[in-house]
Amino acid sequence: MSDQALLDAAGVGRRYGQRQAVEAVNLRVRRGEIHGLLGLNGAGKSTTLRMLCGTLAPTRGQIRLAGLDLLEHPIEAKRQLGYLPEIPPLHPDTCVDEYLRYATLVRRLPRGQRSAAVDRALQLCDLGAVRRRLIRNLSKGFQQRVGIAQAIVHQPALIILDEPTAGLDPRQVSAIRDLIRALRQEHAVLFSSHILPEVQSLCDRVTILHQGRQVYQGKPQGDANRNRVRVRFRSPPPLNALAGIPGVEHVESLEEQGVLLSLSLDTAMDVLLRQSLDNGWGLEELRPERPTLEQIFLDLTTGEELA
Amino acid sequence: MIWQLAWREFRLILSSPLSWLLLAVSQAVVGWWFLLLVEQYRTRYEALVIQVNSPMGVNDLVVMPYFGSVLLLAMLLLAAALMAMRLVAEERRSGSIQLLFAAPLGMTELVLGKYLAGLAFLVLVLLPWVLMPLALEPATVLDRGRLASSGLGLFLLAALLVAVAIFASCMTRQPPLAAVITVAIGLLLLGINAGAVVVADHRDPILSYVSALTHYQPLVQGLVGTANLAYFLLLGAGFLFFAVRRLDALRLQA
Repeated sequence: MSDQALLDAAGVGRRYGQRQAVEAVNLRVRRGEIHGLLGLNGAGKSTTLRMLCGTLAPTRGQIRLAGLDLLEHPIEAKRQLGYLPEIPPLHPDTCVDEYLRYATLVRRLPRGQRSAAVDRALQLCDLGAVRRRLIRNLSKGFQQRVGIAQAIVHQPALIILDEPTAGLDPRQVSAIRDLIRALRQEHAVLFSSHILPEVQSLCDRVTILHQGRQVYQGKPQGDANRNRVRVRFRSPPPLNALAGIPGVEHVESLEEQGVLLSLSLDTAMDVLLRQSLDNGWGLEELRPERPTLEQIFLDLTTGEELA
Repeated sequence: MIWQLAWREFRLILSSPLSWLLLAVSQAVVGWWFLLLVEQYRTRYEALVIQVNSPMGVNDLVVMPYFGSVLLLAMLLLAAALMAMRLVAEERRSGSIQLLFAAPLGMTELVLGKYLAGLAFLVLVLLPWVLMPLALEPATVLDRGRLASSGLGLFLLAALLVAVAIFASCMTRQPPLAAVITVAIGLLLLGINAGAVVVADHRDPILSYVSALTHYQPLVQGLVGTANLAYFLLLGAGFLFFAVRRLDALRLQA
Protein backbone atom coordinates (compact mmCIF):
# COMPACT_ATOMS: atom_id res chain seq x y z
CA MET A 1 0.00 0.00 0.00
CA SER A 2 3.02 2.30 -0.34
CA ASP A 3 1.49 3.88 -3.41
CA GLN A 4 -1.72 4.66 -1.58
CA ALA A 5 -2.94 8.12 -2.48
CA LEU A 6 -3.37 10.65 0.30
CA LEU A 7 -6.47 11.92 -1.36
CA ASP A 8 -8.56 9.69 -3.52
CA ALA A 9 -11.73 11.10 -5.01
CA ALA A 10 -13.72 8.82 -7.26
CA GLY A 11 -16.55 10.05 -9.44
CA VAL A 12 -17.31 13.01 -7.19
CA GLY A 13 -20.15 15.23 -8.34
CA ARG A 14 -22.40 17.91 -6.96
CA ARG A 15 -25.77 19.10 -8.10
CA TYR A 16 -27.41 22.35 -6.95
CA GLY A 17 -31.07 21.84 -7.66
CA GLN A 18 -31.30 21.54 -11.43
CA ARG A 19 -27.76 22.72 -12.08
CA GLN A 20 -24.98 20.17 -12.21
CA ALA A 21 -22.07 22.18 -10.77
CA VAL A 22 -19.53 19.37 -10.86
CA GLU A 23 -19.82 15.97 -12.41
CA ALA A 24 -17.64 12.94 -11.89
CA VAL A 25 -14.27 14.32 -10.88
CA ASN A 26 -11.56 11.77 -10.23
CA LEU A 27 -8.52 12.92 -8.33
CA ARG A 28 -5.57 11.20 -6.74
CA VAL A 29 -2.97 13.18 -4.85
CA ARG A 30 0.10 11.46 -3.47
CA ARG A 31 2.57 12.47 -0.80
CA GLY A 32 5.14 15.01 -1.94
CA GLU A 33 3.04 16.00 -4.92
CA ILE A 34 1.73 19.40 -5.93
CA HIS A 35 -1.49 19.08 -7.82
CA GLY A 36 -3.08 21.99 -9.63
CA LEU A 37 -6.77 22.40 -10.29
CA LEU A 38 -7.41 24.65 -13.25
CA GLY A 39 -10.49 26.09 -14.78
CA LEU A 40 -12.25 29.23 -15.85
CA ASN A 41 -14.30 31.13 -13.32
CA GLY A 42 -17.36 29.08 -12.50
CA ALA A 43 -15.83 25.84 -13.76
CA GLY A 44 -16.48 24.17 -10.42
CA LYS A 45 -13.06 24.46 -8.80
CA SER A 46 -14.22 25.81 -5.45
CA THR A 47 -17.16 23.43 -5.30
CA THR A 48 -14.78 20.52 -5.92
CA LEU A 49 -12.35 21.69 -3.26
CA ARG A 50 -15.15 22.23 -0.75
CA MET A 51 -16.35 18.69 -1.31
CA LEU A 52 -12.82 17.36 -0.81
CA CYS A 53 -12.61 19.24 2.49
CA GLY A 54 -15.89 17.92 3.78
CA THR A 55 -17.58 21.31 3.97
CA LEU A 56 -19.97 20.35 1.20
CA ALA A 57 -21.47 16.94 0.68
CA PRO A 58 -21.08 15.46 -2.80
CA THR A 59 -24.29 14.26 -4.39
CA ARG A 60 -22.34 11.35 -5.87
CA GLY A 61 -18.99 9.68 -5.62
CA GLN A 62 -16.63 8.82 -2.82
CA ILE A 63 -13.82 10.73 -1.16
CA ARG A 64 -11.10 9.05 0.84
CA LEU A 65 -8.57 11.06 2.80
CA ALA A 66 -5.54 9.07 3.92
CA GLY A 67 -7.58 5.94 3.41
CA LEU A 68 -10.52 7.14 5.51
CA ASP A 69 -13.91 7.82 4.01
CA LEU A 70 -14.65 11.51 4.49
CA LEU A 71 -18.36 11.08 5.12
CA GLU A 72 -18.12 8.02 7.34
CA HIS A 73 -15.17 9.13 9.48
CA PRO A 74 -15.17 12.91 9.07
CA ILE A 75 -13.33 13.69 12.28
CA GLU A 76 -10.43 11.29 11.81
CA ALA A 77 -10.15 12.15 8.12
CA LYS A 78 -10.13 15.90 8.68
CA ARG A 79 -7.19 15.64 11.06
CA GLN A 80 -5.10 15.07 7.95
CA LEU A 81 -6.37 18.18 6.27
CA GLY A 82 -5.50 21.85 6.11
CA TYR A 83 -7.83 24.03 4.08
CA LEU A 84 -7.67 27.61 2.88
CA PRO A 85 -11.06 28.57 1.42
CA GLU A 86 -11.47 31.21 -1.26
CA ILE A 87 -12.13 33.80 1.44
CA PRO A 88 -9.60 33.23 4.23
CA PRO A 89 -11.55 32.24 7.37
CA LEU A 90 -9.90 34.87 9.57
CA HIS A 91 -11.04 36.53 12.77
CA PRO A 92 -10.27 40.17 12.03
CA ASP A 93 -10.42 41.26 15.66
CA THR A 94 -7.76 38.92 17.00
CA CYS A 95 -4.02 39.09 16.59
CA VAL A 96 -2.16 36.69 14.34
CA ASP A 97 -0.66 34.75 17.22
CA GLU A 98 -3.92 34.16 18.97
CA TYR A 99 -5.74 33.25 15.79
CA LEU A 100 -3.19 30.59 14.90
CA ARG A 101 -3.39 29.23 18.42
CA TYR A 102 -7.13 28.93 17.95
CA ALA A 103 -6.50 27.08 14.67
CA THR A 104 -4.34 24.53 16.52
CA LEU A 105 -7.11 24.13 19.09
CA VAL A 106 -9.85 23.34 16.60
CA ARG A 107 -7.48 20.92 14.84
CA ARG A 108 -7.17 19.06 18.13
CA LEU A 109 -3.44 19.47 18.48
CA PRO A 110 -2.32 18.39 21.98
CA ARG A 111 -1.90 21.37 24.28
CA GLY A 112 1.85 20.91 24.66
CA GLN A 113 2.51 21.11 20.92
CA ARG A 114 0.49 24.22 20.17
CA SER A 115 3.07 26.93 20.84
CA ALA A 116 5.73 25.16 18.82
CA ALA A 117 3.28 24.61 15.96
CA VAL A 118 2.31 28.30 15.92
CA ASP A 119 5.97 29.37 15.94
CA ARG A 120 6.75 27.03 13.09
CA ALA A 121 3.84 28.27 10.96
CA LEU A 122 4.74 31.89 11.66
CA GLN A 123 8.28 31.21 10.53
CA LEU A 124 7.27 29.26 7.41
CA CYS A 125 4.90 31.97 6.28
CA ASP A 126 7.28 34.74 7.29
CA LEU A 127 4.78 36.28 9.69
CA GLY A 128 7.07 36.73 12.68
CA ALA A 129 7.12 40.52 12.35
CA VAL A 130 3.33 40.85 12.52
CA ARG A 131 2.51 38.15 15.06
CA ARG A 132 1.13 40.63 17.58
CA ARG A 133 -0.77 42.75 15.08
CA LEU A 134 -4.54 42.60 14.64
CA ILE A 135 -5.47 40.69 11.52
CA ARG A 136 -7.84 43.50 10.52
CA ASN A 137 -4.91 45.90 10.15
CA LEU A 138 -2.80 43.66 7.94
CA SER A 139 -2.48 44.09 4.19
CA LYS A 140 -4.21 41.66 1.86
CA GLY A 141 -0.98 39.80 1.18
CA PHE A 142 -0.32 39.29 4.87
CA GLN A 143 -3.91 38.24 5.48
CA GLN A 144 -3.57 35.66 2.74
CA ARG A 145 -0.40 34.40 4.36
CA VAL A 146 -2.18 34.14 7.71
CA GLY A 147 -4.81 32.10 5.87
CA ILE A 148 -2.13 29.75 4.59
CA ALA A 149 -0.47 29.59 8.02
CA GLN A 150 -3.83 28.55 9.44
CA ALA A 151 -3.98 25.69 6.92
CA ILE A 152 -0.51 24.33 7.69
CA VAL A 153 -0.20 25.03 11.39
CA HIS A 154 -1.11 21.49 12.44
CA GLN A 155 1.19 19.94 9.80
CA PRO A 156 -1.54 18.13 7.92
CA ALA A 157 -0.66 15.49 5.38
CA LEU A 158 -2.75 17.23 2.75
CA ILE A 159 -3.06 20.97 2.21
CA ILE A 160 -5.87 22.29 0.06
CA LEU A 161 -5.62 25.91 -1.06
CA ASP A 162 -8.37 27.64 -3.00
CA GLU A 163 -6.82 30.32 -5.21
CA PRO A 164 -4.00 31.13 -2.78
CA THR A 165 -2.61 33.92 -4.95
CA ALA A 166 -5.83 35.68 -5.91
CA GLY A 167 -5.63 39.43 -5.57
CA LEU A 168 -1.96 39.61 -4.67
CA ASP A 169 0.77 41.71 -6.24
CA PRO A 170 3.48 39.95 -8.31
CA ARG A 171 6.01 39.90 -5.50
CA GLN A 172 3.54 38.39 -3.07
CA VAL A 173 2.53 35.86 -5.69
CA SER A 174 6.10 34.72 -6.07
CA ALA A 175 6.53 34.57 -2.27
CA ILE A 176 3.49 32.32 -2.00
CA ARG A 177 4.76 30.23 -4.88
CA ASP A 178 8.02 29.70 -2.99
CA LEU A 179 6.06 28.81 0.10
CA ILE A 180 4.02 26.18 -1.74
CA ARG A 181 7.22 24.77 -3.19
CA ALA A 182 8.70 24.56 0.31
CA LEU A 183 5.59 22.79 1.59
CA ARG A 184 5.90 19.92 -0.84
CA GLN A 185 8.80 18.53 1.20
CA GLU A 186 6.51 17.23 3.91
CA HIS A 187 3.00 17.67 2.59
CA ALA A 188 0.91 17.07 -0.45
CA VAL A 189 -0.60 20.24 -1.84
CA LEU A 190 -3.73 20.61 -3.95
CA PHE A 191 -4.50 24.11 -5.09
CA SER A 192 -6.76 25.82 -7.56
CA SER A 193 -5.91 28.70 -9.81
CA HIS A 194 -6.69 30.22 -13.13
CA ILE A 195 -3.20 31.60 -13.62
CA LEU A 196 -1.61 29.18 -16.06
CA PRO A 197 2.11 30.04 -15.73
CA GLU A 198 1.79 29.70 -11.98
CA VAL A 199 0.39 26.21 -12.28
CA GLN A 200 2.87 25.22 -14.97
CA SER A 201 5.83 26.25 -12.85
CA LEU A 202 4.61 24.66 -9.63
CA CYS A 203 2.65 21.53 -10.28
CA ASP A 204 3.59 17.93 -10.81
CA ARG A 205 0.15 17.15 -12.08
CA VAL A 206 -2.76 19.18 -13.31
CA THR A 207 -6.48 18.62 -13.53
CA ILE A 208 -8.50 20.90 -15.75
CA LEU A 209 -12.18 21.43 -15.09
CA HIS A 210 -14.48 22.91 -17.64
CA GLN A 211 -18.15 23.53 -17.04
CA GLY A 212 -18.08 21.12 -14.13
CA ARG A 213 -16.45 18.35 -16.13
CA GLN A 214 -12.94 17.02 -15.79
CA VAL A 215 -11.43 17.49 -19.25
CA TYR A 216 -7.74 16.87 -18.63
CA GLN A 217 -5.49 15.25 -16.11
CA GLY A 218 -1.77 14.83 -16.47
CA LYS A 219 1.54 16.65 -16.57
CA PRO A 220 1.39 20.43 -16.87
CA GLN A 221 3.49 20.45 -20.05
CA GLY A 222 1.71 17.72 -21.88
CA ASP A 223 4.06 15.03 -23.18
CA ALA A 224 7.00 16.28 -25.15
CA ASN A 225 6.79 14.42 -28.42
CA ARG A 226 10.16 13.94 -30.12
CA ASN A 227 8.43 12.61 -33.20
CA ARG A 228 6.53 15.75 -33.89
CA VAL A 229 8.51 18.70 -35.18
CA ARG A 230 7.52 22.05 -36.46
CA VAL A 231 9.51 23.44 -39.40
CA ARG A 232 9.34 26.77 -41.14
CA PHE A 233 10.90 27.71 -44.52
CA ARG A 234 11.54 30.99 -46.28
CA SER A 235 10.18 29.53 -49.51
CA PRO A 236 7.96 26.63 -48.48
CA PRO A 237 8.06 23.55 -50.69
CA PRO A 238 4.85 21.81 -51.79
CA LEU A 239 3.49 19.56 -49.07
CA ASN A 240 3.83 16.41 -51.15
CA ALA A 241 7.58 17.04 -51.50
CA LEU A 242 7.84 16.88 -47.72
CA ALA A 243 5.54 13.87 -47.56
CA GLY A 244 7.83 12.10 -50.02
CA ILE A 245 10.78 12.11 -47.61
CA PRO A 246 11.27 8.60 -46.24
CA GLY A 247 10.26 8.48 -42.59
CA VAL A 248 7.78 11.36 -42.74
CA GLU A 249 4.41 9.90 -41.89
CA HIS A 250 2.16 12.88 -41.88
CA VAL A 251 2.36 16.50 -42.96
CA GLU A 252 0.11 19.23 -41.71
CA SER A 253 0.24 22.81 -42.89
CA LEU A 254 0.06 25.48 -40.20
CA GLU A 255 -0.12 28.33 -42.78
CA GLU A 256 2.14 31.15 -41.58
CA GLN A 257 3.40 29.04 -38.70
CA GLY A 258 5.12 26.54 -41.00
CA VAL A 259 4.53 22.83 -41.25
CA LEU A 260 3.98 20.16 -38.63
CA LEU A 261 5.67 16.86 -39.44
CA SER A 262 5.13 13.48 -37.84
CA LEU A 263 8.29 11.40 -38.14
CA SER A 264 8.69 7.65 -37.89
CA LEU A 265 12.46 7.43 -38.61
CA ASP A 266 15.26 9.40 -36.94
CA THR A 267 17.02 9.70 -40.33
CA ALA A 268 14.11 11.68 -41.76
CA MET A 269 15.52 14.83 -40.17
CA ASP A 270 18.85 14.44 -42.04
CA VAL A 271 17.11 13.98 -45.36
CA LEU A 272 14.95 16.99 -44.70
CA LEU A 273 18.00 19.18 -44.02
CA ARG A 274 19.80 17.99 -47.15
CA GLN A 275 16.78 18.55 -49.35
CA SER A 276 16.27 22.03 -47.91
CA LEU A 277 19.87 22.93 -48.76
CA ASP A 278 19.76 21.32 -52.22
CA ASN A 279 16.42 22.88 -53.22
CA GLY A 280 16.91 26.26 -51.52
CA TRP A 281 13.81 26.00 -49.30
CA GLY A 282 15.60 28.17 -46.76
CA LEU A 283 15.01 26.42 -43.41
CA GLU A 284 14.31 29.04 -40.78
CA GLU A 285 13.04 27.14 -37.79
CA LEU A 286 13.02 23.55 -36.57
CA ARG A 287 11.79 22.56 -33.14
CA PRO A 288 10.10 19.67 -31.39
CA GLU A 289 6.45 20.29 -30.72
CA ARG A 290 5.47 20.36 -27.05
CA PRO A 291 1.99 21.50 -26.13
CA THR A 292 2.11 24.14 -23.38
CA LEU A 293 -0.39 24.18 -20.61
CA GLU A 294 -1.93 27.19 -22.22
CA GLN A 295 -2.46 25.28 -25.46
CA ILE A 296 -3.90 22.33 -23.64
CA PHE A 297 -6.10 24.61 -21.62
CA LEU A 298 -7.34 26.68 -24.53
CA ASP A 299 -7.88 23.63 -26.72
CA LEU A 300 -10.02 22.08 -24.06
CA THR A 301 -11.96 25.09 -22.91
CA THR A 302 -12.68 27.03 -26.09
CA GLY A 303 -13.95 24.17 -28.21
CA GLU A 304 -16.44 23.18 -25.57
CA GLU A 305 -18.04 26.55 -25.33
CA LEU A 306 -19.04 26.52 -28.97
CA ALA A 307 -20.65 23.13 -28.58
CA MET B 1 -12.59 20.39 23.73
CA ILE B 2 -16.00 21.94 24.36
CA TRP B 3 -14.66 23.86 27.36
CA GLN B 4 -11.64 25.12 25.46
CA LEU B 5 -13.83 26.26 22.58
CA ALA B 6 -16.18 27.93 25.05
CA TRP B 7 -13.35 29.68 26.88
CA ARG B 8 -11.89 31.04 23.65
CA GLU B 9 -15.33 32.19 22.46
CA PHE B 10 -16.03 33.80 25.83
CA ARG B 11 -12.77 35.76 25.62
CA LEU B 12 -13.74 36.88 22.12
CA ILE B 13 -17.10 38.07 23.42
CA LEU B 14 -15.38 40.05 26.15
CA SER B 15 -12.96 41.60 23.68
CA SER B 16 -15.85 43.30 21.92
CA PRO B 17 -16.78 46.80 23.12
CA LEU B 18 -20.42 46.04 22.41
CA SER B 19 -20.48 43.44 25.17
CA TRP B 20 -19.14 45.90 27.72
CA LEU B 21 -21.58 48.53 26.60
CA LEU B 22 -24.42 46.08 27.06
CA LEU B 23 -23.14 45.13 30.51
CA ALA B 24 -22.98 48.78 31.52
CA VAL B 25 -26.35 49.78 30.09
CA SER B 26 -28.23 46.80 31.45
CA GLN B 27 -26.69 47.25 34.88
CA ALA B 28 -27.55 50.96 34.92
CA VAL B 29 -31.15 50.34 33.83
CA VAL B 30 -31.75 47.47 36.23
CA GLY B 31 -30.00 49.31 39.06
CA TRP B 32 -32.21 52.34 38.57
CA TRP B 33 -35.31 50.15 38.55
CA PHE B 34 -34.22 48.53 41.80
CA LEU B 35 -33.66 51.91 43.37
CA LEU B 36 -37.14 53.04 42.35
CA LEU B 37 -38.68 49.95 43.91
CA VAL B 38 -36.82 50.50 47.17
CA GLU B 39 -37.82 54.16 47.19
CA GLN B 40 -41.45 53.26 46.54
CA TYR B 41 -41.39 50.81 49.44
CA ARG B 42 -39.85 53.34 51.79
CA THR B 43 -42.20 56.20 51.00
CA ARG B 44 -45.43 54.34 50.41
CA TYR B 45 -45.60 50.71 51.51
CA GLU B 46 -43.59 50.71 54.72
CA ALA B 47 -46.08 52.80 56.69
CA LEU B 48 -48.98 50.85 55.19
CA VAL B 49 -47.49 47.49 56.15
CA ILE B 50 -47.00 48.60 59.72
CA GLN B 51 -50.48 50.10 59.87
CA VAL B 52 -52.33 46.93 58.87
CA ASN B 53 -49.75 44.71 60.59
CA SER B 54 -49.22 42.77 57.36
CA PRO B 55 -46.79 39.85 57.20
CA MET B 56 -45.50 41.24 53.90
CA GLY B 57 -42.16 43.03 53.78
CA VAL B 58 -39.25 43.95 51.59
CA ASN B 59 -39.04 40.46 50.19
CA ASP B 60 -42.57 40.60 48.80
CA LEU B 61 -42.80 44.23 47.91
CA VAL B 62 -39.31 44.95 46.55
CA VAL B 63 -37.41 41.78 45.67
CA MET B 64 -40.32 39.94 44.06
CA PRO B 65 -41.54 42.71 41.78
CA TYR B 66 -37.90 43.38 40.96
CA PHE B 67 -37.30 39.87 39.63
CA GLY B 68 -40.71 39.71 38.04
CA SER B 69 -40.29 42.94 36.12
CA VAL B 70 -40.55 43.24 32.38
CA LEU B 71 -37.45 45.41 32.39
CA LEU B 72 -35.22 42.60 33.62
CA LEU B 73 -36.59 40.20 31.04
CA ALA B 74 -36.20 42.77 28.28
CA MET B 75 -32.54 43.30 29.19
CA LEU B 76 -31.97 39.58 29.27
CA LEU B 77 -33.59 39.27 25.86
CA LEU B 78 -31.40 42.06 24.53
CA ALA B 79 -28.28 40.28 25.75
CA ALA B 80 -29.46 37.04 24.15
CA ALA B 81 -30.10 38.88 20.88
CA LEU B 82 -26.54 40.20 20.96
CA MET B 83 -25.27 36.66 21.38
CA ALA B 84 -27.42 35.53 18.45
CA MET B 85 -25.76 38.14 16.27
CA ARG B 86 -22.26 37.00 16.94
CA LEU B 87 -22.20 33.33 17.85
CA VAL B 88 -22.78 31.70 14.46
CA ALA B 89 -24.37 34.20 12.06
CA GLU B 90 -21.38 36.54 12.12
CA GLU B 91 -18.98 33.68 11.43
CA ARG B 92 -21.11 32.53 8.54
CA ARG B 93 -21.26 36.01 7.08
CA SER B 94 -17.50 36.52 7.26
CA GLY B 95 -16.79 32.97 6.05
CA SER B 96 -14.67 32.13 9.09
CA ILE B 97 -17.09 29.30 9.88
CA GLN B 98 -15.34 27.37 7.08
CA LEU B 99 -12.38 26.89 9.41
CA LEU B 100 -14.65 25.08 11.84
CA PHE B 101 -16.44 23.08 9.15
CA ALA B 102 -13.16 21.80 7.73
CA ALA B 103 -11.71 21.09 11.19
CA PRO B 104 -12.00 17.74 12.92
CA LEU B 105 -14.89 18.94 15.07
CA GLY B 106 -18.35 17.56 15.65
CA MET B 107 -21.19 20.01 15.24
CA THR B 108 -22.39 19.14 18.74
CA GLU B 109 -19.05 20.21 20.17
CA LEU B 110 -19.20 23.41 18.19
CA VAL B 111 -22.74 24.28 19.26
CA LEU B 112 -22.15 23.40 22.91
CA GLY B 113 -18.88 25.36 22.99
CA LYS B 114 -20.55 28.45 21.62
CA TYR B 115 -23.61 27.90 23.81
CA LEU B 116 -21.58 27.76 27.00
CA ALA B 117 -19.69 30.90 26.03
CA GLY B 118 -22.95 32.75 25.37
CA LEU B 119 -24.43 31.48 28.62
CA ALA B 120 -21.33 32.55 30.53
CA PHE B 121 -21.75 36.06 29.19
CA LEU B 122 -25.42 36.17 30.19
CA VAL B 123 -24.47 34.96 33.66
CA LEU B 124 -22.02 37.83 33.79
CA VAL B 125 -24.87 40.15 32.87
CA LEU B 126 -27.32 38.87 35.45
CA LEU B 127 -24.94 38.19 38.34
CA PRO B 128 -24.94 41.82 39.54
CA TRP B 129 -28.73 41.86 39.25
CA VAL B 130 -28.98 38.94 41.64
CA LEU B 131 -26.40 40.38 44.03
CA MET B 132 -27.93 43.86 44.12
CA PRO B 133 -30.73 43.05 46.65
CA LEU B 134 -28.00 42.03 49.09
CA ALA B 135 -27.34 45.75 49.45
CA LEU B 136 -30.51 45.83 51.61
CA GLU B 137 -29.00 43.32 54.02
CA PRO B 138 -27.76 45.84 56.63
CA ALA B 139 -31.20 47.46 56.87
CA THR B 140 -33.55 44.52 56.82
CA VAL B 141 -33.90 40.74 56.96
CA LEU B 142 -33.64 39.27 53.48
CA ASP B 143 -35.03 35.88 52.51
CA ARG B 144 -31.81 34.51 51.06
CA GLY B 145 -33.41 31.25 49.99
CA ARG B 146 -35.90 33.13 47.90
CA LEU B 147 -33.16 35.30 46.47
CA ALA B 148 -31.25 32.18 45.47
CA SER B 149 -34.34 30.65 43.93
CA SER B 150 -35.01 33.86 41.97
CA GLY B 151 -31.41 33.81 40.80
CA LEU B 152 -31.85 30.22 39.69
CA GLY B 153 -34.99 31.21 37.79
CA LEU B 154 -33.16 34.02 36.04
CA PHE B 155 -30.31 31.66 35.21
CA LEU B 156 -32.67 29.07 33.74
CA LEU B 157 -34.40 31.74 31.70
CA ALA B 158 -31.00 32.89 30.43
CA ALA B 159 -30.06 29.29 29.60
CA LEU B 160 -33.25 28.95 27.56
CA LEU B 161 -32.80 32.28 25.79
CA VAL B 162 -29.20 31.54 24.80
CA ALA B 163 -30.37 28.22 23.36
CA VAL B 164 -32.96 30.15 21.35
CA ALA B 165 -30.24 32.62 20.35
CA ILE B 166 -27.87 29.97 19.04
CA PHE B 167 -30.68 28.32 17.14
CA ALA B 168 -31.64 31.67 15.57
CA SER B 169 -27.98 32.35 14.86
CA CYS B 170 -27.78 29.14 12.84
CA MET B 171 -30.84 30.06 10.81
CA THR B 172 -29.37 32.99 8.90
CA ARG B 173 -26.12 34.57 7.84
CA GLN B 174 -27.47 38.05 8.60
CA PRO B 175 -26.61 38.92 12.21
CA PRO B 176 -29.42 41.51 12.61
CA LEU B 177 -31.93 38.96 11.36
CA ALA B 178 -30.63 36.44 13.90
CA ALA B 179 -31.21 39.03 16.63
CA VAL B 180 -34.76 39.70 15.47
CA ILE B 181 -35.55 35.98 15.29
CA THR B 182 -34.25 35.58 18.84
CA VAL B 183 -36.41 38.44 20.12
CA ALA B 184 -39.43 37.06 18.27
CA ILE B 185 -39.08 33.53 19.61
CA GLY B 186 -38.14 34.86 23.05
CA LEU B 187 -41.19 37.10 23.29
CA LEU B 188 -43.41 34.32 22.04
CA LEU B 189 -42.08 31.96 24.69
CA LEU B 190 -42.40 34.50 27.48
CA GLY B 191 -45.81 35.83 26.69
CA ILE B 192 -47.64 33.31 24.56
CA ASN B 193 -50.39 32.90 27.18
CA ALA B 194 -50.97 36.63 27.56
CA GLY B 195 -53.03 36.88 24.40
CA ALA B 196 -55.23 33.92 25.27
CA VAL B 197 -56.87 35.75 28.14
CA VAL B 198 -57.81 38.62 25.87
CA VAL B 199 -58.96 36.57 22.89
CA ALA B 200 -60.68 33.62 24.55
CA ASP B 201 -61.55 35.39 27.77
CA HIS B 202 -60.15 32.58 29.85
CA ARG B 203 -56.75 31.10 30.60
CA ASP B 204 -55.78 28.49 28.08
CA PRO B 205 -54.13 25.68 30.06
CA ILE B 206 -51.92 24.52 27.19
CA LEU B 207 -50.65 27.95 26.28
CA SER B 208 -50.12 28.73 29.96
CA TYR B 209 -48.04 25.62 30.28
CA VAL B 210 -45.95 26.46 27.21
CA SER B 211 -45.21 29.98 28.43
CA ALA B 212 -41.83 30.39 30.07
CA LEU B 213 -43.21 32.94 32.55
CA THR B 214 -45.54 30.32 34.03
CA HIS B 215 -42.45 28.39 35.03
CA TYR B 216 -40.39 31.39 36.03
CA GLN B 217 -42.90 32.94 38.46
CA PRO B 218 -42.86 30.07 41.01
CA LEU B 219 -39.08 30.30 41.17
CA VAL B 220 -39.30 34.01 41.96
CA GLN B 221 -41.79 33.16 44.69
CA GLY B 222 -39.28 30.71 46.10
CA LEU B 223 -40.84 27.49 44.87
CA VAL B 224 -38.24 25.26 43.22
CA GLY B 225 -40.11 22.43 41.52
CA THR B 226 -38.70 19.73 39.33
CA ALA B 227 -41.46 20.28 36.76
CA ASN B 228 -40.32 23.84 36.23
CA LEU B 229 -36.66 22.87 36.08
CA ALA B 230 -37.49 20.15 33.57
CA TYR B 231 -39.39 22.65 31.41
CA PHE B 232 -36.36 24.89 31.00
CA LEU B 233 -33.90 22.06 30.52
CA LEU B 234 -35.99 20.21 27.95
CA LEU B 235 -36.91 23.27 25.93
CA GLY B 236 -33.30 24.52 25.99
CA ALA B 237 -31.98 21.11 24.96
CA GLY B 238 -34.55 21.07 22.16
CA PHE B 239 -33.32 24.34 20.69
CA LEU B 240 -29.71 23.16 20.98
CA PHE B 241 -30.61 19.94 19.21
CA PHE B 242 -32.19 21.84 16.33
CA ALA B 243 -29.16 24.13 16.16
CA VAL B 244 -26.88 21.10 15.78
CA ARG B 245 -29.13 19.64 13.10
CA ARG B 246 -29.23 22.92 11.26
CA LEU B 247 -25.42 23.29 11.30
CA ASP B 248 -25.02 19.73 10.08
CA ALA B 249 -27.34 20.50 7.20
CA LEU B 250 -25.51 23.74 6.44
CA ARG B 251 -22.14 22.06 6.43
CA LEU B 252 -23.25 19.47 3.97
CA GLN B 253 -25.90 21.04 1.80
CA ALA B 254 -25.46 24.77 1.49
